[in-house]
Amino acid sequence: MNAVAAKATNTDFVLAVEGLTVSFDGFKAVDDLSFYVDEKEIRVIIGPNGAGKTTVLDLICGRTKATSGSVKFRNKELTTLKEHEIVKAGVGRKFQNPSIYEDLTVFENLELCYPRGRNVFGALFFKRDAKVISKVREVAEMINLKDELESQADLLSHGQKQWLEIGMLLIQDPDLLMLDEPVAGMSVTERKQTAELLRRITNDRSVIVIEHDMQFVAEIADHVTVMHQGKILAEGSAEKVKQDPKVIEVYLGH
Amino acid sequence: MSNFSLKNMMTRQDVLGFLVLAILLLVIMPLSMDIIRLTQFGKYLSFAFVAVGLVLCWGYGGILSLGQGVFYGLGGYALAMFLKLEASSPENTAIQSTPGIPDFMDWNRITELPWFWEPFNSFTFSVLAILIVPTIFAYFIGFAMFKRRVGGVYFAIITQAISAILTILIIGQQGYTGGVNGITDLRTLLGWNIRSDYASYVFYFVCVALLFVCLFIAQFITKSKLGRILVAMRGQEDRVRFSGYDVANFKIFVFCVGAAFAAVGGAMFTLQEKFMSPSFVGIVPSIEMVIFCAVGGRLSILGAVYGAIVVNVAKTYFGESFPELWLFAMGALFIGVVLAFPDGLAGVYQKYCAPTVDRFLDKAPVFKRYSGDSSYSPSEPAKAS
Ligand SMILES: Nc1ncnc2c1ncn2[C@@H]1O[C@H](COP(=O)(O)OP(=O)(O)OP(=O)(O)O)[C@@H](O)[C@H]1O
Ligand SMILES: [Mg+2]
Repeated sequence: MNAVAAKATNTDFVLAVEGLTVSFDGFKAVDDLSFYVDEKEIRVIIGPNGAGKTTVLDLICGRTKATSGSVKFRNKELTTLKEHEIVKAGVGRKFQNPSIYEDLTVFENLELCYPRGRNVFGALFFKRDAKVISKVREVAEMINLKDELESQADLLSHGQKQWLEIGMLLIQDPDLLMLDEPVAGMSVTERKQTAELLRRITNDRSVIVIEHDMQFVAEIADHVTVMHQGKILAEGSAEKVKQDPKVIEVYLGH
Repeated sequence: MSNFSLKNMMTRQDVLGFLVLAILLLVIMPLSMDIIRLTQFGKYLSFAFVAVGLVLCWGYGGILSLGQGVFYGLGGYALAMFLKLEASSPENTAIQSTPGIPDFMDWNRITELPWFWEPFNSFTFSVLAILIVPTIFAYFIGFAMFKRRVGGVYFAIITQAISAILTILIIGQQGYTGGVNGITDLRTLLGWNIRSDYASYVFYFVCVALLFVCLFIAQFITKSKLGRILVAMRGQEDRVRFSGYDVANFKIFVFCVGAAFAAVGGAMFTLQEKFMSPSFVGIVPSIEMVIFCAVGGRLSILGAVYGAIVVNVAKTYFGESFPELWLFAMGALFIGVVLAFPDGLAGVYQKYCAPTVDRFLDKAPVFKRYSGDSSYSPSEPAKAS
């Protein structure tokens, strides 16, 4: 860890989180947290409920403002940027509860996330051209929703909504993809399909995944970070972390 | 602009809706009413501009403004100031102690035209001011509020406060604004008598034409990606930021468009009624404007026009017989509509008439070739489950 910390400011890392702290009315949900994510790495964050996992993602994507500390994405400080600027920098985020645009169709949901025409007049004169349509189709195919393109999004099943949200991220083509419990609430078949999907999409980008399912974690993780009470409890390969007595005590034990 | 074909912009139901409204406003109304009634009807239409703007702001963008009277008033006053200066030529006002200034200034012992009245001697400036002053004002309000993420009820209350302040200002500064009576006794436009029947007909048609311009702009906005962003924002404002959009800018934009529409409506009022007064600026008229929109259907730009017409007709007949009861009736109407018909007249049409009309259109040879897919639009209240 120390060797890594020394590298702090010079970063070959895609993401460098250092000393990140946020306190809600004195309660430190994330407490002096530091970690680094490499190019094309899949990092999984695990930890008991309330450990602060979601809050870390909130801090990285600008949803919550940090009390102190820094988040550098490709050497760019994110903590001072607004949410949409962070998205433009190349960070995409999937929320814990599927959050999609329920009044719009699947097609429109995906199209809205296509990275073009993001300012007011760009959006007003946005043209649904062949490029957009083929990209939307391509992504819909990946997320198993190509037959649902014209359906209103609120009519989808829970699992389909999760996929749609993943699709909305894919079409943004982020360099860093953050997924908060992507298989939560899914049936066994859906879980398998999702694991398959994640394996395909995580090839050419860095990914942070929050997940509870240890089998799933072991399958996909390059590195695992275990959080507890806003701090890092352990870090390393899935194998190593699984055997750590502290981790077993606070998390895997139950 | 060739990318934006009619077909992308309008379903065949939309085309039919526009046609029916055009026939109603351009043919049926002018033929069936005398000029006094028609001008009164034109006044109702001036409120339709505001209601259409509210469909964009409130129905689509989720921004409830209870202060649209401010922009209606600014637009109306901008034109009234020009007309008043024209009516206050030194010859016309020779009996005043200071000839050449509006009469109410003279009554308030003002001896010189205030600086901010000067530019309104120019017709071009005044026409531009109708559009630009309210839009810039809306931009500042929007910028101050939306960049700070003030929204919902707080925003509604602030817009109310602004309309109250503007009313108080206008009434209090009688010498500069005409006070509670407003700006009255307007006579000519560029030397042309605006009180003739002929002028009234011209103004009515100008009003209808401009209303259609606004309707087309609104239609274009709602069918663009921006329209869908607004729909998305209404439900999931936070999420839209993470799709890479600066939400505040989109809110500022529709708020400005709504303000500009309202301002044109205000100017159309001035033109047809030949006066403007603070009674169209304050809290009560601003709330009435929201009711026009709610009755018509928050998500339907054509519905907004019918909402403005229906409520105003009711107000004229009911309000004339029982003026003291009107406000209560209006309140009851609002609550009733929100509870029973959340999508207003447009919702009722969608549910009961649209299917029949669709079947009819399937048979109509003209529309057969125009096979727009009416189920595709995200904006229609399609969730009639
Ligand atoms: N905006 C907030 N205001 C106050 N407290 C908050 C806020 N956001 C999170 N918290 C608190 O911070 C702690 C960490 O929450 P967080 O959602 O990050 O946990 P988590 O690790 O994602 O848990 P889970 O596995 O249940 O999703 C919790 O105790 C939560 O109540
Ligand atoms: Mg969480």
